[in-house]
Amino acid sequence: MHPETPPSRVSRVAAQARSSVAAACALSAAIAFSLAAAQSIASDQQANGSRVGDDALVAHVLNRVAFGPRPGDVERVRRIGVDAYIDEQLQPERISVSPAYRQRIDVLDVQRLPAGTLIDGYRTAQRDAREAQRAQALQAGAAAGDKPVDDGLSEQKSDVLATRRQQYRVLTQQAYEARLIQAIDSPRQLQEVMTDFWYNHFNVFVGKDLDRALVSNYERDAIRPYALGHFRDLLGATAKHPAMLFYLDNWLSTGADSDVNRNAKQKAGLNENYARELMELHTLGVENEGKTGGAVANYTQKDVTELARMLTGWTFDGRATGRGGPLEGVESAALFTFAPRRHDNGTKVWLGHRITPNGEQEGEFALDVLAMHPATARHLSYELAQSFVADEPPPTLVDRLTARYLATDGDIREVMRTLLYSAEFRDRKAMTAKFKTPYQYVVSATRASGVDVLNVQPLVGTLAQLGMPLYGCLTPDGYKNTEAAWLNPEGMTRRINFATALATGRLAIDRPAPPPAAPVAMAAAGAMPVKAVAAPVAQPPQRMSPLQAVPLLETLGPTIGDKTRGVVLGTEPQLAAALVLGSPDFMRR
Amino acid sequence: MQRRQFVRMLSVAGAGALTGLMPMGRSAWAATTPSAASASQKKMVVIFLRGAVDGLSVVAPYAEPDYARYRPTIGLPAPGKTDGLLDLDGHFGLHPALAPLMPLWTSGKLAFVHASGSPDPTRSHFDAQDYMESGTPGQKRTSDGWMNRLLGELPGRPSATRGLSVGAVLPRIYAGPVPVASMAEGQGATRPTILDQPHVADAFARLYDGSDATSRTYRESLAARREVLASLDPSAMEKEQMAANNGAPLPNGFPDDAARLARLMRNDPNVQLAFVALGGWDTHAGQGTARGQLANRLNPLGQGLAILADRLGPVFDDTVVVVMSEFGRTARENGNRGTDHGHGNAMWVLGGPVAGGKVHGRWPGIDESSLNENRDLAITTDFRDVVADVAERHLAFPAAQLAQLFPDRPVHGDTPRILRT
Repeated sequence: MHPETPPSRVSRVAAQARSSVAAACALSAAIAFSLAAAQSIASDQQANGSRVGDDALVAHVLNRVAFGPRPGDVERVRRIGVDAYIDEQLQPERISVSPAYRQRIDVLDVQRLPAGTLIDGYRTAQRDAREAQRAQALQAGAAAGDKPVDDGLSEQKSDVLATRRQQYRVLTQQAYEARLIQAIDSPRQLQEVMTDFWYNHFNVFVGKDLDRALVSNYERDAIRPYALGHFRDLLGATAKHPAMLFYLDNWLSTGADSDVNRNAKQKAGLNENYARELMELHTLGVENEGKTGGAVANYTQKDVTELARMLTGWTFDGRATGRGGPLEGVESAALFTFAPRRHDNGTKVWLGHRITPNGEQEGEFALDVLAMHPATARHLSYELAQSFVADEPPPTLVDRLTARYLATDGDIREVMRTLLYSAEFRDRKAMTAKFKTPYQYVVSATRASGVDVLNVQPLVGTLAQLGMPLYGCLTPDGYKNTEAAWLNPEGMTRRINFATALATGRLAIDRPAPPPAAPVAMAAAGAMPVKAVAAPVAQPPQRMSPLQAVPLLETLGPTIGDKTRGVVLGTEPQLAAALVLGSPDFMRR
Repeated sequence: MQRRQFVRMLSVAGAGALTGLMPMGRSAWAATTPSAASASQKKMVVIFLRGAVDGLSVVAPYAEPDYARYRPTIGLPAPGKTDGLLDLDGHFGLHPALAPLMPLWTSGKLAFVHASGSPDPTRSHFDAQDYMESGTPGQKRTSDGWMNRLLGELPGRPSATRGLSVGAVLPRIYAGPVPVASMAEGQGATRPTILDQPHVADAFARLYDGSDATSRTYRESLAARREVLASLDPSAMEKEQMAANNGAPLPNGFPDDAARLARLMRNDPNVQLAFVALGGWDTHAGQGTARGQLANRLNPLGQGLAILADRLGPVFDDTVVVVMSEFGRTARENGNRGTDHGHGNAMWVLGGPVAGGKVHGRWPGIDESSLNENRDLAITTDFRDVVADVAERHLAFPAAQLAQLFPDRPVHGDTPRILRT
């Protein structure tokens, strides 16, 4: 609260906060179990760590380690036990995927093709559209003579723009499809949960020019492979990927007395964007979550500027701007370039280190220091505990995760192992304590439905309506995962509308999307092989079979409490499945 | 920040719990204290023109020879000539496609703040809209929008429909912890949803009958929906107005939405803030003059604003409408009979409380030495100063909280007084 707020108001609001928190805890207990049963399970847990058949824990683990259960998952985890399931999920490289699933992902250009090829296709489409637009403007101008340009032009122009939008749409549609199919279908669920987590941590916005072509590649090359690896590798991969270099402008950043500025009339400038977010968001943090352990990062605006100077020259292949030739076949890692002529060769003083001029290595040194800084360990531990345990995570757990991070050279897998085996994670208080983000809600509902998804478009639209468009977070801090961020009246109504549409079969996600209205011109551009689109045929009615409540309840098992089960089973059958997916139980995880 | 937002959100949810399932219509409003009630009658509508409208065509400085010189093919003719500007004050003229607004100008309910905008120099639509909606130019990290911060600290009691957004997606400007109601564009506003069916609502009501935050929020959403639907019911007070139109449907697009918004605001006194975004202003080529691309966009906007003013009836006396865009366009036309991304623009301000019939702000001129970077209209009024003035003097937003509404806003001595006092 602000200091100006009258004290009476503070106490009223605080009282409401307290009572709401108490009510939320009471609810989770009342839904799932009688008090006695809950206590007996809690004591079993304390004695046993995890007992095979502990149903509440099975549900909890599937809700946090995975995006909720698919049909058969609850049964399987009951059988092998939660510890075995967790161990399996911590080693995604050892989980095999089916050839059909692999094929499903590989058929998407944004996943199969190297970043350079995607950039070529995007730039070609952009150039074609611009030229067509210019030609039409001139033509219309000539036709109109001295008279004002007539309405025909805007129509023609909008045709051109529509075609261009269509071309971009191929890329973004594929990005959505790649992400959602993996989240829904991948047997490596923890890897997908972590991919979502790290993507938000290292957010890049799809709407910023070149990033339209690159978000999926960024996720493929810089996020997913490192999601359970060493943080330093993840940090380095994001720092050097052209999607991040472009999003936070470091590709342009140029030292004041660098070679390119020496004789230039128009001086290129230092850009602090990336350097600032690198410290504030990606590593050290600002507010110092948890506040224990004394790992508060004290850095100043001067440190931001000095870091930006150290990172000058970290850019990408100039051909990505559309000039200087094709990039076909160039992978993202090879697009990263150090441009010595942009680099500031002066001495810097950063976080107390005296940095003697050392070109590209200055940036590498900065990433080394930041990755293993105690404040980074704490910042990441807090975020992981918040995402996996509770909006306000237990400080004892944050402390242990911080220590584990520092002891394992920033090994994310080991930090996650500590977290998933911790008493805090397995405590009853943590169960259903998290309110699902729209993404978690939509993905978990689709998983529970058991539908083989062939058209992700209705899911993409739902996410946008729920205020969480995929890859659509403008700001570099990414989407939050707290209840405060997502529990609002409009969101509740829209979630229930989605649940009802999905359960009654009105979202036809089980059949391919209708072919696009305009021809896809990307193929003509040459650089982008695009799947052949089937000729339009008479469309079957776009409806899928309604979901049935009883199998749905079986799939979700202990995720749905007794009260909701009672209401569902006492309701007309056409509505029952909608009630399951729209229930308060299913809103939480 | 996190903690503060959480607490504030709970306070809204708590207010919802007090009213429970009671419809929160006039009775709830009437129950508030008189002083809060008079403050909460004050309304603001923000219309955001995405894509950067050409402010030098909207309010054109025709009296300066540079204007015609910079724009040989797209400059608008002076007032009195064929397809000419509509004279405002002998110096500026209004785009002829905005003729429906002239009565408001004449009656002193329409003003402009010229050479205004966001001080950040970016010419990226993405960054500039982001800054104008977060209310923190140059600062990318701000996670909430200024209309949400405004909503959070307005005097009087929160209600489910206090903040309203037209369109399916919650815009950046409304991002934040305070709930915002939305009205779909076009006919979607009253399209039935599944929860409008009583048996469905009854079934879900059995699931959401608890006192937990999720259940309370769910019930609040139903109340807001009922309120919007009830207010949009054309059987109520709108019948006579429809008769006046001979039942002719309004043109599609903004005029239609403006009429619906007016009806909603008139019937639901809880609505205090509303937001509409309109696209299509990025006129790089073939911009046109009295007719053409820009005119085709301005025309429905002018019509819609005139309809909004008219249909709000007495409520217009308590309303301030602000039209803004992320930046202006270049002073000179480009090689494609269009204009490119620029800097300063004109804000439009309409409503009963507005000191209208005047082009406010310090006019920097458009001679070459006065242009920003020798290409665009300079900025002499920060858009935040205009909004802060409306917030404080019209909406009774607490002065002490202005620093939260617009953090790091530089203090100026010469903010234009756009409201009558």
